[in-house]
Amino acid sequence: MSHEQLDARRMLCPMPVIKTQNKVAMMHAGDVIDVICTDPGALNDIPAWARINGHEIINTVQTDDEITISVRVGA
Amino acid sequence: MARQHKAVALISGGLDSMLAVRVLQEQGIEVEGINFYTGFCVEGHTHAIRNHDKDKQKRNNALWVAEQLDIKLHIVDVIEEYKDVLLNPKHGYGANMNPCLDCKIFMVGKAVEWVKEHHQDGFDFIVTGEVIGQRPMSQRKKTMPIISEESGADDLLLRPLCAKNLPETLPEREGWVDREKLYDFSGRNRKPQIALAKSFGLNDFATPAGGCCFLTDKNYSDKLVDLWKARNSREYEMDDIMLLKVGRHIRPDSGFKLIIARDAGESKFLEGYRKQFPSIYALSHSGPMALVDGNFNEEHYALAAGIVARFGQGRNADEVELDINIPEQGHQQIKTTPLAADDVLQEWYV
Ligand code: SF4
Repeated sequence: MSHEQLDARRMLCPMPVIKTQNKVAMMHAGDVIDVICTDPGALNDIPAWARINGHEIINTVQTDDEITISVRVGA
Repeated sequence: MARQHKAVALISGGLDSMLAVRVLQEQGIEVEGINFYTGFCVEGHTHAIRNHDKDKQKRNNALWVAEQLDIKLHIVDVIEEYKDVLLNPKHGYGANMNPCLDCKIFMVGKAVEWVKEHHQDGFDFIVTGEVIGQRPMSQRKKTMPIISEESGADDLLLRPLCAKNLPETLPEREGWVDREKLYDFSGRNRKPQIALAKSFGLNDFATPAGGCCFLTDKNYSDKLVDLWKARNSREYEMDDIMLLKVGRHIRPDSGFKLIIARDAGESKFLEGYRKQFPSIYALSHSGPMALVDGNFNEEHYALAAGIVARFGQGRNADEVELDINIPEQGHQQIKTTPLAADDVLQEWYV
């Protein structure tokens, strides 16, 4: 199982989703990716994208100016 | 049992593409969505930047539609390739800087490419929510075959909402879809779509007023043209087109333009660009964050600071102290008298 990171800071939605999608396409079921972003829109968009495509959000950490969303890649 | 046929649908996030997919799902077609991000798309984030819009939809409409339809959605970044569509549209522009017909041809063409790249997934045809007569430029009876032809989709392009007004396509001829159960919508009247949505139990949908992107907006187009003129070049970067969506744009001098936040939400947003653009904000009073675009030099400082001070709490003070930051050069403090309201000329507003 690999654990990757994606720096999507300063990107505006839907760019964090697009970058996540493209990276996940090269990962395997069960792998985890932590997406670090600054656009609060990602709090809505990444989970919506994950639900549609069968991935799971396993953790969301929000600080004053950064959000880290951890996604487990689905089958 | 016959094989289930599969289509890829262009999803804009609006009602029409949503209905087009539902109509095909009713016929047992498996659909996946594709959405192209040009950089000009009207997205939740631009609503979310401003304070008073905080409660408005922050959702991405295309993702939301896909979820309602229970389909997969592939979002494709076409920012770079789209530049050529916007800068050199063979079929020209609509009422503003919207190259709708070329844009449609481009997007359907990208869908054709995508289907080829994903041949292992077995997509049989392409679907759009186009309706004849809906949009003055791209969605006319005359333009429908142009889009099919120039995109390379030919008769693999099915428009379920107006198919009955158009020649039969391959999916209809082959009996993959039943033409009788497709629609013959035309014109600008939205009632048939609303009624169809109701019959599917869809009550919540986005209804973009002008179109799916900022290029149909007059204000936005004016700002874009102003930027090109000022730079003497039509090159643009993602940051440029994002910043055109935010703040008051004031050009007091042909050399530079101020982008002044209209509220705290926009100030915070503009702060994110301070490493790339010169910025100005008041120190002695509260006030908006402002960015400067252009050839900004010391000659301009007093005028720029006077304008920015005008939009802050110190607007009636005798003197306001402001910070001017030039990336990689550093900060400088400047004291100035805010410009009087009348001295911020109407013609400066872009
Ligand atoms: S409104 Fe914008 S995105 Fe929609 S067809 Fe026209 S140019 Fe393309």
